[in-house]
Amino acid sequence: MGKGDNSDGRDLDTSPTVGDEVKTTTCYMCACRCGIKVHLRDGKIRYIQGNRDHPVNKGVLCAKGSAGIMQHYSPARLTKPLRRVGERGSGEFEEIEWDEALGLATDWLKAIRERDPRELAFFTGRDQSQSLTGWWGQQFGTPNYAAHGGFCSVNMAAAGIYTMGGAFWEFGEPDWERTEYFMMFGVAEDHDSNPIKMGLGRIKARGAKFVSVNPVRTGYSAIADEWVGLRPGTDGLFVMGLIHELLKAGKVDAAYLSRYTNAGWLVIRNPGGADDGLFLRGDDGAPMAWDRARQHAAPALDPETKPALKGQYDIGDRTAVPVFQILAERYLDDRYAPDTVAGQTGIDGATVRRIAAELAEAAFEREVVIEQPWTDAFGRKHDRMIGRPVSMHAMRGISAHSNGFHTCRSIHLLQLLLGSVDCPGGFRFKPPYPKSIEALPKPTGRAKDVHPNMPLPGPHLGFPRGPEDLLVGEDGTPRRIDKAFSWDAPLAVHGMMHAVITNAWKGDPYPIDTLFMYMANMSWNSAMNTAETARMLTDRDPDTGEYRIPRIIYSDAYYSEMVGYADLILPDTTYLERWDCMSMLDRPISHADGPADSIRQPVVAPDRDVRPFQDVLIDLGARLGLPGLTGEDGTAKYPGGYRDYLVNHERKPGLGPLAGWRGADGTESGKGAVNPDQIDAYIANGCFWKGRIPEEARFFKNVNRAYLDYAVGMGFLDEATPIVAQLYCEPLQKFRLAARGHGDYQPPERHRARVEAHFDPLPIWYPPFEDAVEGVDAYPLHALTQRPMAMYHSWGSQNAWLRQLHSRNVLFVPRAWAADKEIEDGDWVWVSSRNGRIKVKVKLSEGVNGDTVWTWNAMGKRAGAWNLSPDAPEARQAFLLNNLIDDLLPEREGGYRYSNSDPVTGQAAWYDLRVSIEKAAAEEAGEIAPQAAPVKRPRSLPPAPDESRYGETFRARRRA
Amino acid sequence: MTSLPKQPSARKLGLVIDLDTCVGCHACVVNCKEWNTGGYPAPLTDQNPYGKDVSGAWLNRVHTFEAGEGADGRTVHFPKSCLHCEEPLCVSVCPTGASYKRNDDGIVLVDEDRCMGCGLCAWACPYGAREMDMGVGVMKKCTLCIDRIYNENLDEADRVPACVSTCPASARHFGDLGDPGSAVSQLVAERGGYDLMPEQGYKPTNKYLPPRPRRDATTAGSRPERLDEARPEGGFLGWVDRLLSAV
Repeated sequence: MGKGDNSDGRDLDTSPTVGDEVKTTTCYMCACRCGIKVHLRDGKIRYIQGNRDHPVNKGVLCAKGSAGIMQHYSPARLTKPLRRVGERGSGEFEEIEWDEALGLATDWLKAIRERDPRELAFFTGRDQSQSLTGWWGQQFGTPNYAAHGGFCSVNMAAAGIYTMGGAFWEFGEPDWERTEYFMMFGVAEDHDSNPIKMGLGRIKARGAKFVSVNPVRTGYSAIADEWVGLRPGTDGLFVMGLIHELLKAGKVDAAYLSRYTNAGWLVIRNPGGADDGLFLRGDDGAPMAWDRARQHAAPALDPETKPALKGQYDIGDRTAVPVFQILAERYLDDRYAPDTVAGQTGIDGATVRRIAAELAEAAFEREVVIEQPWTDAFGRKHDRMIGRPVSMHAMRGISAHSNGFHTCRSIHLLQLLLGSVDCPGGFRFKPPYPKSIEALPKPTGRAKDVHPNMPLPGPHLGFPRGPEDLLVGEDGTPRRIDKAFSWDAPLAVHGMMHAVITNAWKGDPYPIDTLFMYMANMSWNSAMNTAETARMLTDRDPDTGEYRIPRIIYSDAYYSEMVGYADLILPDTTYLERWDCMSMLDRPISHADGPADSIRQPVVAPDRDVRPFQDVLIDLGARLGLPGLTGEDGTAKYPGGYRDYLVNHERKPGLGPLAGWRGADGTESGKGAVNPDQIDAYIANGCFWKGRIPEEARFFKNVNRAYLDYAVGMGFLDEATPIVAQLYCEPLQKFRLAARGHGDYQPPERHRARVEAHFDPLPIWYPPFEDAVEGVDAYPLHALTQRPMAMYHSWGSQNAWLRQLHSRNVLFVPRAWAADKEIEDGDWVWVSSRNGRIKVKVKLSEGVNGDTVWTWNAMGKRAGAWNLSPDAPEARQAFLLNNLIDDLLPEREGGYRYSNSDPVTGQAAWYDLRVSIEKAAAEEAGEIAPQAAPVKRPRSLPPAPDESRYGETFRARRRA
Repeated sequence: MTSLPKQPSARKLGLVIDLDTCVGCHACVVNCKEWNTGGYPAPLTDQNPYGKDVSGAWLNRVHTFEAGEGADGRTVHFPKSCLHCEEPLCVSVCPTGASYKRNDDGIVLVDEDRCMGCGLCAWACPYGAREMDMGVGVMKKCTLCIDRIYNENLDEADRVPACVSTCPASARHFGDLGDPGSAVSQLVAERGGYDLMPEQGYKPTNKYLPPRPRRDATTAGSRPERLDEARPEGGFLGWVDRLLSAV
């Protein structure tokens, strides 16, 4: 730009220094994990910018990241450990010293560990240190650990891993540079925020088509070339309509299917038999296909075998059929014809037919070719990499329905039929994924695994292969407090945090002593049925006078609603005051061309008596004498806290939390000996490490010999076994067979029909459970929530800047529907569900499905929480739809109530909600209802200021 | 009253904002606030930051609204900041000479030492792009990050306005709109960039790029409308064998 010319005669310094120091670290304003550069002046944060070298955000930063200053200096920050002195929920606390706080926690937890480790339920929320917290829970010995995935995205994770070894977002990304056609399902403003925005900007500049399938047209959907505003929960049917069209036209990638999916594997047809629907396997257990050249069954994975994709074959005394035949029979059925599904999706048949044609055209007429030879895991050599440039992404809107697992699987099926998984222009895996379920652990926590004073012998969360892997007692009762991995939710691979409070309160399946949580606002916006949850947290047993959930320990950096309901508060630091790790053992920051992980380093020192939760957990572990956290002499193994652990902990020999700069001299990646200078190397590189996959290994990773070998070398996989995509998911059939009365592990009677119905090995569609509840006609509208982009996954919209963007919410109502009911813009209405009634303000909208209302989520705050003034709009004009959402489904025969969740994965079904609306009386306008009683501000919290003049000191200094 | 430069500057620095890719995420809004609250116009104060009527000074805002009905409807995210007009009335009306348009690059600035906070400029601006800082009592406005774009203490790549450097969707571009050969001018030419409310006559420098034409049911004409059924030879899934025979 050249130098600024100051010929105007004004005193203007165009080259001021920004700060006196710059430190890199990782953002934590949401779950994206962008790299940031923090400029400091006089020890204060002058400016936070995106790090251009960083693989996640490449220099950009979102609204949340840029508001980090206000988050860091928030008056809602806790300042000292607190012990409850008043009634739970009142906010009456006394300040205590850390020694006392940790002493108390140790006493409580030690007694539990000696008695029955199950009495500790340890659940972390938006925790980015799950490989530590989970491992800690394992050392403690409780089976009751999980993070927030159960109410977030487990349907995506489970469907992706069980189908193809990786899932949307965390485990893969669209090939933004090459894709020609991009379909996004149910993604509002959410994950993965900066990379999606960057990618959309890129594909729009390139002229690729972007289709957004979403009942609500905001954010990303607003810039789509085509918005498909279908009815909530019907995405699966819409996708099956596309599949129907593609099959009818023969527009599938038959070569890809026969080589890299189980399309050609033979499925036994033996109605009533114990092997019905299982794969035909050879003596060595390997799956068989029908060789169409040699006309006999042959090992499906043998490259010499030419699998038949259709037909029915006699195999000795049995009949077997290729997976593709079964699949085609199902989806060619007229019930999936575009005009038929239109009735439920609200999307006309012509649109489905056209989009199917566009998909086929992009996939098969616009191949992307990379002149790079590669060899597949079966030894076939390929001269070049040929891609089908159709990519897809899906998230919350798919995940948060009770049919989300199957819907997500149907999307993967569509991708696989087009041959667009991990190819140029398609959806691409991010290392360490793909991983097949065989390469992943099974869940741990059965009776034989849990003993006083003993660690759990394996990780809590895992991937069941069949009923034998469930965590249930002999009578089929759940072993975990959240009922994950029970017949209620067999594939609850992220746990079911949303079920913990209800179950603990009921003592179902058993009572607990202590609920220990981190960074999870489970009494408020992360709870279904918020008001009822508050009641359960404060409810006492009339016989003993004790709280039904006897003890609650909570760690948070801020005075969130949940703090008010805890007995002991361990105040956490802000993200700019701590060490942290985005680990390959957990959720790294990889991209499709290479693995990557990162750290947080403290860029400023805490000015309060707070400690990073991870340090506290490690300290607590040593005080409890947990194996793994103490040496043989009983002293702390990681006296240097989390930083010490990051460098010196090894999960397996040579495999630690950080993959970069391993080995004594720091030259190894992935696996290698502990490097005492590892952290310094990370800091010198901007707090991240980034590897690069060899050229011949970049695509078709699941079946690419070079990639699989590379993955073994890096420690991502133990064996270089190809990961063949599972169109037909045999583990599901194993559960179904159990429900039909086969095998040693069968569901109790009351679960049989439900398991049988929902464990179809091919994707099915059924209406969201709420749609089938008796009397649902009284609630004609679907109701959804989403967080605005400026707040997505950001815990703390009390942020002084972000709350100027959003501090109140309205209910968006379709204009046509409202006109019918004489509801106008700005009216106040009562919104009712089978669970409750709230009063809200209306805004009419064109950009929403005609049978759907929606609002911004988590805007509402409890009066007094977050150090906001009790009359803040967050308390008076902002509401939570959560109050309308029951956490349980209605009673079934026998009185049993299932969690309001997906029956396969236990994913919380937030988006199944049905409501009705009626106009409020004129005198009722102005404030939302219900409003929770205000909570007191702990004495240790400073009064919030009336004005912020942040930055003034920088100007003064500039002038000085 | 304040005079404008005698000759319009040859260089006309400004922004080009792409309404086709703006998703309304507010990244530009907050990064602007963050840079500027400690930068040239520091501080940008906030009143009642944790209270009932929270407000503050922001130099860039995004307005979201719906336009059109039914199939023609759109959700529009519209970022708005000072457009650095060639003939800015906000400068002409300034009684103290605080508001001025720079000779060299056309940037419109407020010299706070001369500003008495009378607010005339805000009345004059038809775009509502001026912000009275209630805590300081002076007028604030977009400076095009005057303390970044020429800043020799910054990496070359960072010498753009904060909003441009942070925009995740690449919906914001910065450059010399007085140079027809500049990247921004070419972008404006290619995409049909337009002036906001040209009828007001202030000749804004900033340009907006309109949404690209849609490709959906309303424009589907030239695209395939449906797939042909596979030839039935070979019975159910007969096409599979034909596809496989080529493998």
